[in-house]
Amino acid sequence: MNKYVKQIKEGIVDQNPTLVQFLGMCPTLATTTSVSNAVGMGLAATAVLICSNVFISLLRKFIPKEIRIASYIVIISGFVTAVELLMKAFLTPLYDALGLYIPLIVVNCIILARAEAFASKNPVLPSAVDGLSMGLGFTVALVLIASVREILGAGTWLGLRVTPSFYEPALIFILPAGAFLTLGMIVAAVNKGKSFAAAYAEAHPKPEGVEVLPDEIVTDAPAAEETPAADEPASEEPKEEPKTEESEVSANGSAD
Amino acid sequence: MTDKEKDTAAAAAPASDAAPAAEPAAKEKKAIDPHAMLTVSTSPHIKSPDTTRSIMIDVLIALLPSCIWGVYAFGPRSVSLLLIAVICAVGFEALYQFIMKKRITVTDCSAAVTGLLVGMNLPSTAPLWIPIIGAFFAIVVVKQLYGGIGKNFMNPALAARAFLMLAWPNAMTASPQPFTTSSMFSVSVDSADIVASATPMQLLKTGTIPDNGIFNMLLGAKAGTIGEVSTLLLIAGGIYLLVRRVITWHIPVSYLATVALISYLFPQNAAERLEFVACEIICGGLMLGAVFMATDYATTPITANGRLLFGVGCGLITMFIRYFGGYNEGVTFAILIMNTLVWYIDNLTKPKRFGGVPNNGK
Repeated sequence: MNKYVKQIKEGIVDQNPTLVQFLGMCPTLATTTSVSNAVGMGLAATAVLICSNVFISLLRKFIPKEIRIASYIVIISGFVTAVELLMKAFLTPLYDALGLYIPLIVVNCIILARAEAFASKNPVLPSAVDGLSMGLGFTVALVLIASVREILGAGTWLGLRVTPSFYEPALIFILPAGAFLTLGMIVAAVNKGKSFAAAYAEAHPKPEGVEVLPDEIVTDAPAAEETPAADEPASEEPKEEPKTEESEVSANGSAD
Repeated sequence: MTDKEKDTAAAAAPASDAAPAAEPAAKEKKAIDPHAMLTVSTSPHIKSPDTTRSIMIDVLIALLPSCIWGVYAFGPRSVSLLLIAVICAVGFEALYQFIMKKRITVTDCSAAVTGLLVGMNLPSTAPLWIPIIGAFFAIVVVKQLYGGIGKNFMNPALAARAFLMLAWPNAMTASPQPFTTSSMFSVSVDSADIVASATPMQLLKTGTIPDNGIFNMLLGAKAGTIGEVSTLLLIAGGIYLLVRRVITWHIPVSYLATVALISYLFPQNAAERLEFVACEIICGGLMLGAVFMATDYATTPITANGRLLFGVGCGLITMFIRYFGGYNEGVTFAILIMNTLVWYIDNLTKPKRFGGVPNNGK
């Protein structure tokens, strides 16, 4: 189970398809004019990603290597058509707002990249989790960008007015130029946060482990500080700590 | 090259001791320290007294007449807009360099020039917070994030103008009539009675010649932003910069010539062809752009041919936007688009190495 949690964390933070891998830039820039569009686009892509990953993983030994890309596209476009028809039936306003970008999920780089890099080499369950994690990462990134753009560009969030009345919305953030500006700034902030977190983790690897210890075993704290060489035999205890520490650090990174 | 030749000639003169030297030459001979001749140093050997600071102060001097006219024409409110823009630009530069632990270089006045240009690009009815955001975008986003002075790929003041125009089009495209004053400190202005019903650029787009009279418009009696209206004073500033060798003639001349040629060949108003050409040059931000914005060192080509090409490109895009674009005025976007092509133009017009084989011998 732990493996899957780690996989989901990878997709949302460490290997975020949009903010780290820079995949799927076209829908990222085009559909983030409002938060509702971003959520719709992200969830539609997530649904397609999970389904296509599962089916490609199931068929991975059956599909000949030479025509695998074409086969993936066929599978993906099947699911995209299903999602498109469902959205048209039940979420008509969102379907109208997203327009062309729903059918364009077929050629979304994230979906093809996960099919080629992950689903075609792994069993069904990890592939499904991979689809979920990458889809969530995509959705989180879209919502982040769309929040900045909608709040600055329209003064609203999910359609609700959130800025004070004297704030005059800066239209540029709704326009394409604002998409590039926002994406650049967010990627810069994420990179800064990640390097800061990495530097922090490098600077304080052991003291943090020690800091946690005193709650449980108070008397051990001075001993741990004294002997750096004694870390190796004692590593069983602190080794559990670094994992929680990592997740804390990565949470910091994503918050940026 | 000529300076270098003079240097070498001067250095060679004392070496020929046997030659009977004339009196002035003898004076020179005394002045040169023989040890200095033997000292070999790395390039650059040609030195100039110019510094960034002296160049920027020249630009400020050249901009000043037009600013004063803007204040005269649009009232004290333009003073507060200009001051806020300059103070914020200098302040943001110092603040950014302080936070990033860089050397603080605000004394080179380049931020003040950028701030002044941002202010001059605002209509006098703009809210007072607009120059703050403009200065922030110009200095922090366009200039400092790309590495500071000399490393920005776009003219910071123009990029800020484009940002403000896209963000608050209503506030930025209002062009107030000259000689209508509004309060100096009011944050925003109810501009209904100040703003011109149709700006010169709007009229030109439909082929109508503005009825202000060409001479009046040349002086600066027309609707527009604070700094762009007085064409005559902008030309005077440009001549000052040319005389001081801060800019070269290539970009302004090729830019203006392209605009003139296109508006002469394809006028919107064929009946008054020459008036139309004059108005296309006088009205709008063309003169401010051609003289002060398109000649920014960091964002223009190095070679003379490259600069001519740059000016022609600016002229073509400006006229394209004026004739077919959604905006009435195209100077901002024309110069910004050409700024992004400078790398390519520099590569295209790279001079042949002296004695080099053309085309690498192919």
